[in-house]
Amino acid sequence: MKKEIDPVLQMRHITKTFGSVTANRDVDLSVYPGEIHALLGENGAGKSTLMNILTGIYRPDGGEIWYKGQKRDIHSPKDAVALGIGMVHQHFRLIPTLTVAENVYLYSGKKSFFLNRDKMEKEIRECSEQYNLQVAPEAYVWQLSVGEQQRVEIIKLLNQGAEVLILDEPSAVLTPQEAQSMFDTLRKMADSGKAVIVISHKMNEVMKNADRITVLKNGRVEDTMPASEADVERLTRGIVGVRTLPEHDKEQPSPEEPAQAGQQPSPEEPAQAGQQPSPEEPAQAGQQISPEEPAQGAQQTSTAMEEEKKHMCGEEIFFMEGVSAQNDRGLPALKKISLSVRAGEIFGIAGVAGNGQRELSEVIAGLRPVTEGRVLLAGKDLSKATVKQHILEGIAFIPEDRLQTGLVPELTFTENIILKSYETDRYSRRGILQKQNMRSDAEEYAGRFDIRHGGLDLPVGLMSGGNQQKLLFAREVSGDPRLITATYPVRGLDIGAAESIRGILREQSRKGAAVIFISEELEEIFAMCDRVGVLCDGELMGIRTIGETDFQEIGRMMSGEREETK
Amino acid sequence: MSTTLLISIISTAVVYAATVLYAAVGEIFSQRAGIMNLGLEGIMLMGAVSGYMVAVYRQNLVLAMLVVILVGAALGLVFSFLTVTMQADQTVSGMAMLTFGTGLSGFLGKGVSGVNANLAFEPIAIPGLSRIPILGPSLFNQNILVYLIYVIIPLSMIYLYKTRPGMILRALGENPAALDSAGYNVFALRYAYVTFGSIMTAVSGAVVSLAYTNFWSDGMTSGKGWIAVALVVFSAWNPLTATFGALLFGAISIIGIDVQTVFPQVPSQVFSALPYVATIIALIFTTGNFRGRRSAAPAALTIPYDREKR
Amino acid sequence: MIRNLRFRKRTSVSISRRILTPIIFVLLAFVFCGFLLAAVGSDPFAVYARMMKTVCSYSGLTRSIEAGIPLMLTGLAVSFGYRMNLNNIGADGQYALGSLFCIGFALYGPVMPAPLKILCMFLVSMLGGALAALIAAFPKAKWGVNETILTMMLNYIFLYVMDFLMYGPWKERNQMVAQTRAIREKYWLPDLGDSGINSVLLIVIAIAILLYFFHTRTTWGYEMEVIRQSPRAAQYAGMSVAKATLLVLCASGAIAGLAGFAQVAGIIHRVQANLPNGAGYTGIVIAFLAGLNPIVVLLVGFLFGALQISAVAVQLIGVPSQVAAMIQGTIMLFVVAGEFFNRYELVGRKK
Repeated sequence: MKKEIDPVLQMRHITKTFGSVTANRDVDLSVYPGEIHALLGENGAGKSTLMNILTGIYRPDGGEIWYKGQKRDIHSPKDAVALGIGMVHQHFRLIPTLTVAENVYLYSGKKSFFLNRDKMEKEIRECSEQYNLQVAPEAYVWQLSVGEQQRVEIIKLLNQGAEVLILDEPSAVLTPQEAQSMFDTLRKMADSGKAVIVISHKMNEVMKNADRITVLKNGRVEDTMPASEADVERLTRGIVGVRTLPEHDKEQPSPEEPAQAGQQPSPEEPAQAGQQPSPEEPAQAGQQISPEEPAQGAQQTSTAMEEEKKHMCGEEIFFMEGVSAQNDRGLPALKKISLSVRAGEIFGIAGVAGNGQRELSEVIAGLRPVTEGRVLLAGKDLSKATVKQHILEGIAFIPEDRLQTGLVPELTFTENIILKSYETDRYSRRGILQKQNMRSDAEEYAGRFDIRHGGLDLPVGLMSGGNQQKLLFAREVSGDPRLITATYPVRGLDIGAAESIRGILREQSRKGAAVIFISEELEEIFAMCDRVGVLCDGELMGIRTIGETDFQEIGRMMSGEREETK
Repeated sequence: MSTTLLISIISTAVVYAATVLYAAVGEIFSQRAGIMNLGLEGIMLMGAVSGYMVAVYRQNLVLAMLVVILVGAALGLVFSFLTVTMQADQTVSGMAMLTFGTGLSGFLGKGVSGVNANLAFEPIAIPGLSRIPILGPSLFNQNILVYLIYVIIPLSMIYLYKTRPGMILRALGENPAALDSAGYNVFALRYAYVTFGSIMTAVSGAVVSLAYTNFWSDGMTSGKGWIAVALVVFSAWNPLTATFGALLFGAISIIGIDVQTVFPQVPSQVFSALPYVATIIALIFTTGNFRGRRSAAPAALTIPYDREKR
Repeated sequence: MIRNLRFRKRTSVSISRRILTPIIFVLLAFVFCGFLLAAVGSDPFAVYARMMKTVCSYSGLTRSIEAGIPLMLTGLAVSFGYRMNLNNIGADGQYALGSLFCIGFALYGPVMPAPLKILCMFLVSMLGGALAALIAAFPKAKWGVNETILTMMLNYIFLYVMDFLMYGPWKERNQMVAQTRAIREKYWLPDLGDSGINSVLLIVIAIAILLYFFHTRTTWGYEMEVIRQSPRAAQYAGMSVAKATLLVLCASGAIAGLAGFAQVAGIIHRVQANLPNGAGYTGIVIAFLAGLNPIVVLLVGFLFGALQISAVAVQLIGVPSQVAAMIQGTIMLFVVAGEFFNRYELVGRKK
């Protein structure tokens, strides 16, 4: 029936390249009023670039944009706004010290000199009632939760008169309940005749909430379909191509390391220009040149995933007993977490990002104070210990933000390898750095872990993401740690690098280290781990042994469903 | 306390406040825009000397103020060029501005140093209002530059909190990237507010040389530029609070002189230093990172805006 | 045309560029000041010639070093703080308190053998500077209060303390000038032979070399660099940023305090009202010009000393001595602007 209506927006043959990387190739996209249109694809598939072209942040190299039957050139975000195209970015653009109403009016086209607060607030109240976007207009933004802030961003767009609303991974920061109410709101907006584009990489969410789905892969449109005709298999085929689907079967042991070196496609060109296909182009109206956030480790894990049975775990060495902690805003982020990990075991933590994973990993590394409960490693209470003591006890930590936290991008390879051990006898003699030792160790790491660095005296910020992560792992496992916490360790990495990283973790667990593996990708967790705990809203919903559970159960737990049995 | 003493205290405090408030309000706007100008003392001196030179050589106060405004604007543009366009370190740029202004003003002012201009902004009694007991003679028998600040303070408060451009200014020092994405020209806005701040600072200097002390000597503002910076912080970036702060600082300095006659054992330097002590305490309380408190300082203060850095 | 040009961040800066850019901009500053001089009726060539002549004489050289020593120390102090992103603009106040501690100990402290006394003077002036910095360092480390404004406010407080002592209890009797009496000659640091240069210069050079070594070779220097580049990585590595902040700011203050020691033990042998005379602020620019490299700070400090000495000389040909401050300020403005070209390059817009 939608075919009878003219599309409000058409992108035709859009092509965009950044240097040698083609982000979009001959992309066609039609969006109709009244629909929720999902853009699905892996990271780097070109979703964000396409939307940045639509909102005027990038200029396409080729192709046309037709809006309401007319061909349009969109030179800047201003142009896009004037046409009625608006976007909610993943990182909100709100001013914390202004009120909700002020934030909205910062973006409205109204040019009155004086502020009429009553009128502003009334308008916002009307808008929020119409679409069920509950938020107090007079509240300061810094007082709001993330979900409320997202609503402010949406109100901003509506107030600008947007008719095409684009949301970049809107559910990534929300709890399942919040996400559902957000989609209900989007549905209301679609029903009132607006077109909504949702960028996502979550198949279930898209099938459940969208009207039509367009799948992007490697910058091309791979498939486009009404949501009613979509199923997991078809979408997966679109997203990952003709790769075979992973088999989630822990009972199929493949003890030998797979031919990972062989299939390594090595796009990881040696350092220098390396890193992500970060577009140099400053894009005229500039700001937010976020090149496809390398977030959320894609589903690329699929093929290279090999399983390994490891029932030869040792004794339990790591315990958390009723541990609670707060997030940066002082709100409870972990609620009475209890778990134990055995030596040689890989313990997975599943859950939607932002449900306490970061806080959990930081508590384990000693970076975040424990407000309640105890953390024990090999019988030693570490709940009050300093970071340094944690390091000395043999706790390795791969932080989520590897480049800014795990490494110092401005320092060289050689300088980065001593980050945690610069005070040990090997690198320091009466406070004097032992540069020969640093150098020889750096060379050894580079060789052993196949890290392409382009020069041991170059800043590691110039290395590619995969090599940075390998360096980080090389350093963290160098002291044969007793416990390794890895937070989204393969996010944004290409298949080859991701596989080496998993290989390193497996090897460490074979050597007897307890591993806590935090990931959003269930496939990966099922392939890697012995047991899995599920985090939702700071609570541990339950712990399952991998062979005895399935996606459905874990998925239910991720969405906050309580376990009844076991 | 006798009435005349009270009048003299209030009236001196008011004049003193005027000498620093122009600069303080200007700097509040500049810092709200995200640029910290620590060269106020230098700019003030330039304003003081240029105004005084015109007064001596041309005997024209209107022309003098015009020149002061031009000098302030020129220095403001230089400072914005350094900190906004060149993204230079604001502390270092401020020091450069401080040294430059101090040096150039001394160099240029050599000719008028100690020369009497025989021309200054004289007090004008406002009919009616000046008859009010105590407040009349102390508040409404002042020169025009003082009256002007009576108007500027409420106007600046209205501008900041009740108008759209004021709202944009408050956002500018917090999250320039967000403003940029909303289509505002962050660079132009910062240029405008830094230049405005510099003009106000130059006027502050002219208040000193043409309405307060009525002479020029090298380095004559003697730290008033720093007091203005202190006021900005002391007031938590609010012009009205800055006004009370300026009156307080002015009162302290005048009371200090009186107290000295009664208690000669208390050194005058104690009173001179009090504003700075008060500012340090205020700074710690308004911007200190205590549990659950937000710093009053603009979040993007001293951070150059670089589009390529997201 | 213009639209096709834009600035791009340089990935690396060659050493020659790093040296050449400031020199070019310093020359430009002199050209600019030449115009200003001409505008007020002085002959810029005559003025500059006079300045050159002064500095190039032997006595000019020694006096430049003398004037440069406190500047070198404040420059070292400021660059040390900047090496961990701490803006210590309170070197003036720290210098003041350092000199007061030093003179207080020298004049009113116990009598002891000269070497021991001088050593103690050295230590108490560092203590004075460190204490002055501590008042700012503590709120900074504990509550994250902006150290720029804290140290700036403290400057005035310590200068008033100095003022009080110079006009009050410590004033030399029967003198018009607000200054203390001179310390006893046996506590003076000797000159280097008959060169006319005080041996305190050697101490300053030694400190600079030590600092250079500290930054490049020691674990503490490493720790500072990590904290400077990424406080989060530092926390992750178990470093205490707060503790380092406290120590580095105090050390920075201690170095500034040594400027007081240099004056009392080596140069003027007493303390005068407003002794620092803005050396702390000049130190910021010296640190910046020297690229935070302690060895280069010595050189730049010397040049600024020479500028001040030569400006005094041009008074003789009728140019106000404020010309020094003017040139100094102009140089700063120009070099600050010039730094941009070290970080960015002008390139044609890529297609």
